[in-house]
Amino acid sequence: MEFILELVVSVLIVLGGLFALIGSFGMVKLPDLLTRLHAPTKATTLGVGGALIASMVFFAGLEGRLSIHEVLITAFLFLTAPISAHFIAKAHLHEHPELCEDLPETGRALGWSTFERLPDNDEPEEEDPRRASHH
Amino acid sequence: MGAHQETKPRRSLLERWLPHPVLTVVLVLLWMLLLNAFSVGGLVMGVVLGIVITRMTSNFWPERPPVKAWGKAFAYMALVGWDVVVANLEVSRLILFRSGAQLRTRWVTVPVELRSPEAITVLAGTITMTPGTVSCDLSADGCSLLVHCLDAPDAEAAVQQMKDRYEARLKEIFP
Repeated sequence: MEFILELVVSVLIVLGGLFALIGSFGMVKLPDLLTRLHAPTKATTLGVGGALIASMVFFAGLEGRLSIHEVLITAFLFLTAPISAHFIAKAHLHEHPELCEDLPETGRALGWSTFERLPDNDEPEEEDPRRASHH
Repeated sequence: MGAHQETKPRRSLLERWLPHPVLTVVLVLLWMLLLNAFSVGGLVMGVVLGIVITRMTSNFWPERPPVKAWGKAFAYMALVGWDVVVANLEVSRLILFRSGAQLRTRWVTVPVELRSPEAITVLAGTITMTPGTVSCDLSADGCSLLVHCLDAPDAEAAVQQMKDRYEARLKEIFP
């Protein structure tokens, strides 16, 4: 029984390590920042996930106590990864305003928020009614 | 704020002490997970923190989250969890077996019908975590998402998939 558990833990750790390695390899291989952004937001979540599940199995099966820190780490990872990716992408757009021409149309009257802001006095009905009351 | 209290005088005490019941529960759970072991003292401390923090920060959150269907919200989390695993395999395959020049990277515009900021945030986060797409920007009026696709042979199909798979479900959760 203990052998099987140890096997499961080692397989999970190796798998997790493999995905982390692929994610890092993607950082080197992919051509520009925006494509590189795909590697750490995805390929590494499974890498960290494998290590965390391995840790839970290890403590529950071999040490005989429940460890639930890992759930918390997963939750924070899922909360922070998309936000940091979004900020990196936005910073990249700010730094390369020439990219603006490559972007597709918004399909709306206004452009992308990185390059264009809401007109000051137009369309008061679009504004949040709670904020509007403070004016 | 004053008008709000006048309309509901009977619930005002409960509303003042528990302005965000869901946030309180989440904070207590978070505290218990952080302690990593169950004890009554820890639970009491968690409840105190859950009440005090929500009360202190309630002015920053004037409204409660507009989630209407919690069952569907949990089903959505399970779906996204599964898609994250698929996304990992997909992106790993692209990294390993496709040269940079062969990738059909492109920008796509996803028209968003969701209106609440929470729902749009969840949609943008989901798109970033799932296969080959990162959400990069929002249009100035908040009605379109700019999404970068790592490998999308067909832009129309990619947009339709995001709308059918995630936005349709979010519309039911945040009506």
